[in-house]
Amino acid sequence: MKIKAQVAMVMNLDKCIGCHTCSVTCKSTWTNREGAEYIWFNNVETKPGIGYPKRWEDQELYKGGWQLKNGKLELKSGSKLSKIALGKIFYNPDMVQIEDYYEPWTYDYEKLTNAGESKHTPVARAKSVVSGDYMDLEWGPNWEDQLAGGHITGPKDPNIEKIEEDIKFNFEKAFMMYLPRLCEHCLNPSCVASCPSGAIYKRDEDGIVLVDQEACRGWRYCMTGCPYKKVYFNWKTNKAEKCTFCFPRVESGLPTVCSETCTGRIRYLGVLLYDADRVLEAASTPDEKDLYKAQCDLFLDPNDPEVIEQARKDGISEEWIEAAQNSPVYKLAIEYQLAFPLHPEYRTLPMVWYVPPLSPIMNYFEGKDSIKNPDAIFPAIEEMRIPVQYLANMLTAGDAQPVKEGLQRMAMMRSYMRALSSGKEFDESRLARVGLTAEQTKQMYRLLAIAKYEDRFVIPTSKKEQHMNVYRSQGSLGYEQMGDFGGNSSNNQFSYSYMENNDCDGCGPVVPTKTGKEIYEENFYGGIWRD
Amino acid sequence: MTNQFLWVIFPYICMAVFIVGHIFRYRNDKFGWTAKSSEFFEKKQLMIGSLLFHIGIVPVILGHVAGLGIPKAWTQAMGISDHMYHMGAVYGGGFFGIVTLLGMIILTSRRFTKKNVRQHSSASDMIVNVLLLFIVFIGTYASLVTNAVVPGFDYRDSISVWFRSLLIFRPEAGLMGAVPLTFKLHILAGFLIFAMWPFTRLVHVWSVPLNYVGRSYILYRKNSPSA
Repeated sequence: MKIKAQVAMVMNLDKCIGCHTCSVTCKSTWTNREGAEYIWFNNVETKPGIGYPKRWEDQELYKGGWQLKNGKLELKSGSKLSKIALGKIFYNPDMVQIEDYYEPWTYDYEKLTNAGESKHTPVARAKSVVSGDYMDLEWGPNWEDQLAGGHITGPKDPNIEKIEEDIKFNFEKAFMMYLPRLCEHCLNPSCVASCPSGAIYKRDEDGIVLVDQEACRGWRYCMTGCPYKKVYFNWKTNKAEKCTFCFPRVESGLPTVCSETCTGRIRYLGVLLYDADRVLEAASTPDEKDLYKAQCDLFLDPNDPEVIEQARKDGISEEWIEAAQNSPVYKLAIEYQLAFPLHPEYRTLPMVWYVPPLSPIMNYFEGKDSIKNPDAIFPAIEEMRIPVQYLANMLTAGDAQPVKEGLQRMAMMRSYMRALSSGKEFDESRLARVGLTAEQTKQMYRLLAIAKYEDRFVIPTSKKEQHMNVYRSQGSLGYEQMGDFGGNSSNNQFSYSYMENNDCDGCGPVVPTKTGKEIYEENFYGGIWRD
Repeated sequence: MTNQFLWVIFPYICMAVFIVGHIFRYRNDKFGWTAKSSEFFEKKQLMIGSLLFHIGIVPVILGHVAGLGIPKAWTQAMGISDHMYHMGAVYGGGFFGIVTLLGMIILTSRRFTKKNVRQHSSASDMIVNVLLLFIVFIGTYASLVTNAVVPGFDYRDSISVWFRSLLIFRPEAGLMGAVPLTFKLHILAGFLIFAMWPFTRLVHVWSVPLNYVGRSYILYRKNSPSA
């Protein structure tokens, strides 16, 4: 057993209102740059719909993720050898293109102020930021917002196509939900496996997947390899970019920007401990429908003394072990089994989990007599406006049972808390029917409904002092020199390096070139700290 | 004097720039080092053009290495007659030359006619493109046409010997005097592109990810504690 820690996320879709605040704050933090206009590290899709990029869930089209080939795990886009030998390096047949996302545009705002006197109001026309031409807008990053055009694109949603019964898209039967998406920071990341240059890597300490901008050579297999289509091509720098899980914030114990700014407080961040030795085995589970279970089995109980001992042996600090014990992600995904991974059938073992939405059926059992008969939730779940099978196709490779049970637990929690707060009788043995205790249910309620900041985000700080000169590295970080695309990259214009000698962070230890006394004397001069 | 410049000084300058330029670029601009693909904007023509070009250029380069690097006496000693060698060079070289040329024509037309591709091409991309097209064209022409119309000429007695003399730092410019013009142009343009190489997208050639085949799929990077 080799224990590693992973910072993971849960999103409670039951509370997502589709406001796009996460997307906007993420974009203004990370991708408001030339060449990255079309890039949304985080986006919110209205489902059913084809999404961004179009039909990203169709892996027969994009060849993302892994597949089992003769019982062995292999990239769906082809083996390592086939990429070099079959000339795919000269031309990637499965690569997503800009029109699959959308052509980014701006508006001709100058027209509004410079137009002369005329009979009609001047109009700011849409202008492509790629070609500079005027364009007619026919698709965008969020074209299907609130089910717009859902009767056309909805039936083409791969999750709908997989449902055998006929799904109606008429007004009476319409249903929708929101799906905020970002990089999954998978345990078995197919983008990492696809990168011929070895530029994409998973951080050993927290599992965040990053692209080393100085090692990326722009071969673009990662775009194909990622089944979530969350590795993007910056057409200005000709390099791959992806969600960084706001690592500079997470390292300091702060939540990611998307989590911090979520108005619905739907996002949770916490540490999971897992057995790194069994990742491949779990990802190679023969039956797709067993993948969800296999993934859950990878995670270790952070309160188990044996696990704690092994974690210490594997170099995980006390602070991280404690964080794992208080992890909201562990509670929601493993203890309560409310949250599910997105498309486990891609075999990447994704680490952003989703609590499925429940709301549209609540009228069934929040009305009169509902507390008296909380068992009404069992038939009610079957009649949910959002078909359970649809959720299962997204979250459990089509196995409806775990999703149903998760929804039942949420519904039972509501009934119980409703009885409790209105002073009504509630037979607590009913909770046991869905595998909960009264105490657990109350905790669950606190986590899901009260959702305090400290409960939602339990993030230990990174132990930087153990491997780098933190004094020297302050104030230098990240994409600071964006826009300077010239040859002058000696100042690490895109690299995630913080160190004065420009070494990539995480590539190795800082070699101390001076003694502590020398550094002290250099910096502390005449009683004044020098920068 | 002109001969000295064209066949000694100029090649040496180009070779020096090639080597020093690469070292400089690698040390100072890893961020700019990329295959610079435009597949994100245009895919259909790229498929045909890029595949033809790359599949053609690899054997062409190997052919050049053999033709320039291996002395005539060695192949003769191996029992390969001049006629056999010549047939191989003309038919094999000609075939792959034409494949490369077709690819290059498609790629160049694509670069200049597809708007999004053109707009996101730098001056260096355009120059490299045109220069490569010229080199491939004149090289194929020299191989197929000049070789046929100037039957007495054998580049293995002149160009190859001169080229090796450069490599061992005993340059003999005189050997190039009687070489037909098409070959001369091919060689000069070739050296020019070597000099430009480190400063253009061509650097991606050195990033061919051969070690990908042998490595493990998942890569971790660790912050090691300072020892």
